Amino acid sequence: MLTLEDVNVYYDQVHALKSVTIEVKEGELVALLGANGAGKSTILMTISGILRPRSGHVRYEGHDLTRSSPYDIIQVGIGHCPEGRHIFGNLTVQENMLMGAVQRKDRAGVQRDMEWVYSLFPVLGERVRQSGATLSGGEQQMLAIGRALMGRPRLLLMDEPSLGLAPVIVQLIFKVIKQLHQQGVTILLVEQNARQALQVADRCYLLETGRVVMSGPVEALRTNPEIERIYLGGSAV
Amino acid sequence: MTQLQYLAQQGINAISIGSLYALMAIGLAMVFGILRLINFAHGDLIMVGSYGALLLLVLGTPFWVAALGGIVASTIAGLLMERVAYRPIRGAPDVSMLLTSFAVTILLENVAILVFSPTPRAFPTPSSLNSTFRFGQLQISRIDVVAILVAVILLVLLTLFVTRTKLGISMRAASEDLLAAHLMGINVNRVIATAFAIGSIMAGVVGLLWSARVGKVDPLMGFYPVLKAFVASVIGGLGSLAGAVLGGFLLGFLEILLQGLLPSSLAPFRDAFVFVALIILLLFRPNGIMGSAEREKI
Amino acid sequence: MRSQRFFNLLTLLILVVLTAGFLIYTKVAASAYIQRVVVGLAISIILVVSLNLINGMTGVFSLGQIGFMAIGAYTAAILTLPLSMKEVNLPDLPSWLAQVELSFLPATLIAGLLAVIVAFLVGLSLMRLSGPYVSVATLGFLVIVQVILVNWDKMTRGSRTFSGVPPFTTLWWAWGWTILTIYIGWRIARSMYGRRMIAVRDNQIAAKSLGINVMRSRLLAYCLSAFFTGVAGSLWAHFIMSFSPKSFYFVETFSVITMLVIGGMGSVSGSILGAVLITVLSEILRNAERGIAIGPIDIPPVYGASQILMSIIFILVIVFRPKGLLGGREIDFNRFWSWLLPKRGEKAIVPGKEVS
Repeated sequence: MLTLEDVNVYYDQVHALKSVTIEVKEGELVALLGANGAGKSTILMTISGILRPRSGHVRYEGHDLTRSSPYDIIQVGIGHCPEGRHIFGNLTVQENMLMGAVQRKDRAGVQRDMEWVYSLFPVLGERVRQSGATLSGGEQQMLAIGRALMGRPRLLLMDEPSLGLAPVIVQLIFKVIKQLHQQGVTILLVEQNARQALQVADRCYLLETGRVVMSGPVEALRTNPEIERIYLGGSAV
Repeated sequence: MTQLQYLAQQGINAISIGSLYALMAIGLAMVFGILRLINFAHGDLIMVGSYGALLLLVLGTPFWVAALGGIVASTIAGLLMERVAYRPIRGAPDVSMLLTSFAVTILLENVAILVFSPTPRAFPTPSSLNSTFRFGQLQISRIDVVAILVAVILLVLLTLFVTRTKLGISMRAASEDLLAAHLMGINVNRVIATAFAIGSIMAGVVGLLWSARVGKVDPLMGFYPVLKAFVASVIGGLGSLAGAVLGGFLLGFLEILLQGLLPSSLAPFRDAFVFVALIILLLFRPNGIMGSAEREKI
Repeated sequence: MRSQRFFNLLTLLILVVLTAGFLIYTKVAASAYIQRVVVGLAISIILVVSLNLINGMTGVFSLGQIGFMAIGAYTAAILTLPLSMKEVNLPDLPSWLAQVELSFLPATLIAGLLAVIVAFLVGLSLMRLSGPYVSVATLGFLVIVQVILVNWDKMTRGSRTFSGVPPFTTLWWAWGWTILTIYIGWRIARSMYGRRMIAVRDNQIAAKSLGINVMRSRLLAYCLSAFFTGVAGSLWAHFIMSFSPKSFYFVETFSVITMLVIGGMGSVSGSILGAVLITVLSEILRNAERGIAIGPIDIPPVYGASQILMSIIFILVIVFRPKGLLGGREIDFNRFWSWLLPKRGEKAIVPGKEVS
């Protein structure tokens, strides 16, 4: 469904992604793992069209998205739940959700999807008219996910959904991620919390300073001592 | 005239002037919120609108048609400005954008001087606007009433727009977090153009009301108003629409207050005092009244 | 074995010789018009280099520096105005001032000093602010100065022309101050302190982590800039000999900013380059404004053409070369030397790329 071929991305002079090649097949949940600064978020930003590769291609279902604008990329069905949530604090929960569906014209469908999201995250349904800034961290993350879902994405990019959240909330969020996966949404997940990620993913890529250093099905990586040592801090999952 | 009537008179003055400042400040705030651009050239949109209306009036069109024509002129000018001068530099550091707007101002003003000559021209305010209402001893000029009414109507419309329409909500979203707005698939180009359009319409309206009030137009007429709009915007907190409105009215009141309070020998220093007040405010609220009081925390 | 230092000194020597030669030639052989342009250029250079100190090197973009030029101009002019003229033009001057008539240097120094004092007091409050807020606040300063000048009739003649200022500014005075300003600007920009300041110009947090006291460095830059700007004001006053508050407002502000931006903010040589280019261009355009004939075509006088062209050039530079012609860096003379001189085998002369 989605491939990055030999993508090189620069921040000014800094070479952030070095010949990165990644593939996500339809229906898969692929995890991008790696330390801070490894380039995981950069990959998502590149897919979404915020960053442009200096060389290489981003292909999605036959389209070449390398030079596309974020506007077009939403149109083809790629949703993005950014790192740090980036919800609109001055807008209400409802308005945030509407923004997630900004390109859609089917009001009834949007309404239905909104109710569906509120069923996934009931707490949001209780705070519909509250402004985003008054929500707790966990609620904001739920809103960010819900908002991304409002675009009815076929491919969902999620950047560090568990960052800074209490374990209980993290559990809830990963439960929802698993649910989405089962419902057929293709997900590309960036996570520092490797343990959780490995529990839900089909396949993984491991990044280090902008380069893909390891990849494979999750069972293989789970028992790989490298990953254990660096990211899980000792014991195998 | 009694004390009370005098106060009422001045109060109406303040609200009237405040309305104009508020409308102008909104235009500035809208554009700043999304682009982080301080558009000095916003003042020249007043000028464009006024000259546009003047041209039509001279050609004999009825006032309301000419007024509309002026507003259309300023809107086109604003959209052109965005497309030609500001879109190419999107993403540039704030300073570059500020300086470019400086350059656009100088450009527009000099072109106007070239085309219209630097001498002010009379603006034929229709007699219906020139008269006054009488409430006992109170005299309220029609223009003041019109200004206040128009401002209220526009503000209500604007509020409805930014709370009830998708485009309006998108504007608020883009103003707060441009990156997230891109990620949601908001048509940022359209949002920005809309911000400029709305601001330009407001500027056009202010231009008309201003010209009608003072009875003349000149190429540099936008200079002081944009400075005031600036101050109003900063008072309220740059980027905040509510802040712009608040700032506009506060500024109006402050000016009238100073006019009344300052001994006549110090009266010409009124503008200086306004800026001093602004600086003092910024010391306590470095981001304006509606902005956060915090500075960057390490 | 030649070293980097040698080439630096050589470059410096050549620059000094060229400048001196240029000045002597101007004095001796050039027309009075050219001489005036060269003096004007000197003053512009002082203005731009001092503007660079604050706008190019700190995170503060001040829009009000011309206010200090005004303060300098009026202060010095009032001090040097001959007693007889004072009686006629400034009859209401306070008595202690009315009896004072100073020569050029003390008056200029006092002018600069007064500018510094004002800058210090104003800066204490303004330098805390950031981004657009400090720009608007400094703009407010410019307006406040204007209002005061226009209304303080007794001292300034208000909005009426202040004339009769003795023509003390010679080529040597102007360029002497210019060299001094360039020297100080250069030393600061190239010092470790200066380079750190530029590197963290836009990032207060990084600055603090590098041990730079943001407030103090801004205040220092602001006051230093004000001093030289005030001096420039004095030089200007004694050059054009008559002026009014309107001479120190928006148009001049934009002019100096244009020079800075075109040359490249943060760079001293960029500031000089910008000043030279704009001055030359302005003169050409000013002459063209009177209408010129190109072959069979008569271009009629176009008022404000120079302003219009200036703004267009400005916009073009910002769009296509936002960091200025020199990209914010200093002119790298070492590249010239390594191009000019052949490398000698193993003992290669390697004028390094350590600049910027």
